[in-house]
Amino acid sequence: MNIVVCMKETPDTTAEKRFTADLRLDRAAVAGVINPYDEYGIEEAIAQKEKLGGELTLLCMGPARAEESIRKAMAMGVDKAVLISDPALEGSDLIATARVLAAALQKLTFDIVIFGQASTDSNAGMIVTAVAELLGLPALTWASKLTIEGGKATIKRSHETGYDVVEAPLPCVVSVTQVINEPRYPSLKGIMQAKRKELTSYKLADLGIDASSVGSAGAGSKVEAANRVTLTRTPEIFKDADRAALYIADYLEKRKLI
Amino acid sequence: MATNNEILVIADLTPNYEPKKVTFELLSKAAELQQAGGGSVAVLVMAPDPAGLAQKLGEYGANKLYAASGDHWNKEVAGGAADAVEVAINVSNPRLVLAVASINSRDLAGRLAIRLGSGVLWDVTDVKDEGGKLIFSGPIWGGSYAVSSSFTHDGNAIALVKPNSLTATKREGAAAAEVVPLNVERKTKGATITDSVQEASAGVSLEEAATIVSGGRGMGGPENFKLIEDLAAVLGAAVGASRPVVDAGWRPYRQQVGQTGKTVKPKLYIAVGISGEIQHKVGMQTSETIIAINKDPDAPIFGFADLGVVGDLFKIVPALTEEIKRRKGIAG
Ligand SMILES: Cc1cc2nc3c(=O)[nH]c(=O)nc-3n(C[C@H](O)[C@H](O)[C@H](O)COP(=O)(O)OP(=O)(O)OC[C@H]3O[C@@H](n4cnc5c(N)ncnc54)[C@H](O)[C@@H]3O)c2cc1C
Ligand SMILES: Nc1ncnc2c1ncn2[C@@H]1O[C@H](COP(=O)(O)O)[C@@H](O)[C@H]1O
Repeated sequence: MNIVVCMKETPDTTAEKRFTADLRLDRAAVAGVINPYDEYGIEEAIAQKEKLGGELTLLCMGPARAEESIRKAMAMGVDKAVLISDPALEGSDLIATARVLAAALQKLTFDIVIFGQASTDSNAGMIVTAVAELLGLPALTWASKLTIEGGKATIKRSHETGYDVVEAPLPCVVSVTQVINEPRYPSLKGIMQAKRKELTSYKLADLGIDASSVGSAGAGSKVEAANRVTLTRTPEIFKDADRAALYIADYLEKRKLI
Repeated sequence: MATNNEILVIADLTPNYEPKKVTFELLSKAAELQQAGGGSVAVLVMAPDPAGLAQKLGEYGANKLYAASGDHWNKEVAGGAADAVEVAINVSNPRLVLAVASINSRDLAGRLAIRLGSGVLWDVTDVKDEGGKLIFSGPIWGGSYAVSSSFTHDGNAIALVKPNSLTATKREGAAAAEVVPLNVERKTKGATITDSVQEASAGVSLEEAATIVSGGRGMGGPENFKLIEDLAAVLGAAVGASRPVVDAGWRPYRQQVGQTGKTVKPKLYIAVGISGEIQHKVGMQTSETIIAINKDPDAPIFGFADLGVVGDLFKIVPALTEEIKRRKGIAG
């Protein structure tokens, strides 16, 4: 079973984010981390590989410094990685990113491609089916459980009132949600081994993609204005636990909330 | 590619093929945008009897109803729906497609962006026509910034709008939408639903709820969520949860509020036994009124609640439920 897992490096979610002059996220100003959702994808890919054998490759499009996050994933158990890094890619949108990932995937051999449910900086969650569309593959999305068996993949897909069991033949594309597993921490041995694992770097030209069709110039939408939201609440603190129920009920009634 | 002066709304339906409130919200916005330029509003309905909704959807502004008939739509994952939406877009050639910002729409939009080269904006909360240019606004990064964006190319553009952010306006006496049948051929390679399990009744979803009562690790165990459910019941509220509670399996993931769960904006959010860490905060901080119950006076949640009540939830919550019952005249 050959597995590819897609990982994006995203800005540390707890850090204060800023915009560049042309209203894009200033990535250089904030430390990068493995997209928190992709930790679940990486864990799932490692666990499936441990169970089924084969090779696990990580695929990332991002700046050169993403190597740090890639090494972390290698320390967790990823075998090798491909990083697509090119200045022309800065500001790429959904379509451009999907085209780059799909082109790289066509150079790799895989039975299944695993994604996180979304990247925390975009909160889009759309790359997954965009890549599936480009590769002509079925997509099993928002999985809370994944079983690979008998030439097919089966997932549990939760929705508002329950869940669906959904299956597709291999090869296919899967995205996983945070409930699917508990990502492991790298072991000391893993960290040592990670340093020597194979990392292949591609430029756009290696994938046969024209630089003018990606990046911010090729993007389908642009930000016109951005404003910091400051929430101005003046908290009222009530400490008399014995009278609390009455007090809350009054509070709700006064504001016509009951 | 020049488009027609039409806005296409993708109807969001319940598993029983009834329109969800957000469908009316999207139609009302489309009608408002089209009023000035005299363009039409179309709605795509994927259901066994799409024409049966022509009157109801007409009352919210639909002039045209693209009908994708069939009783398989609620057994489809987004792949099949993408085929129907593609056909509708080809027939309508709309200047804008409006759909709800749900996981199914995200799956759809990913495929359509590639098939049609459409630009996509998501998590939109408002659309305005500014001198012929459509401006889309919405929160990003957990609501810490509000941005407005526009599409850079002419051609079909897709905007995914959060439920509850627009106002639904009913036009009494409006004509039924004109029904246009579509012929949808399946081309997306299939992912097949082999089983469907109902775990809960189709109540209000977190994103649509006007009131949410959420429980955190302070609840101590899954059995104590009865207290949250009872309070939610008397308030007509949906139940939410913090992440540790979901990770521990006390509550299903669909109830998780926060960075890796849902972003909610109800009129009233009651946080019970939740500390209010940043990852929870970003999912609920734009709620209109926030009430927090926590025994730790230093809990971060007291920094951004409108009313913070310091005390033991096991005493306060049942007493509050009884008090509200009494005031509403609900028999105990
Ligand atoms: C990448 C990432 C993503 C995350 N995403 C999310 C997310 O989407 N949603 C989310 O919620 N969290 C998320 N978290 C976790 C988040 O950081 C916090 O750990 C979590 O929100 C804490 O949940 P809690 O408030 O229920 O638990 P705790 O922090 O343990 O708080 C429990 C609270 O209950 C109070 N309490 C205990 N007993 C009582 C009692 N008897 N009466 C009254 N009060 C009582 C305590 O004083 C305490 O304040 C994420 C974390 C990371 C790293
Ligand atoms: N630049 C990237 N490199 C590798 N994988 C990515 C990249 N961007 C997105 N992904 C993958 O696609 C998923 C969904 O991303 P998004 O649609 O941007 O929310 C992420 O969880 C990743 O698994």
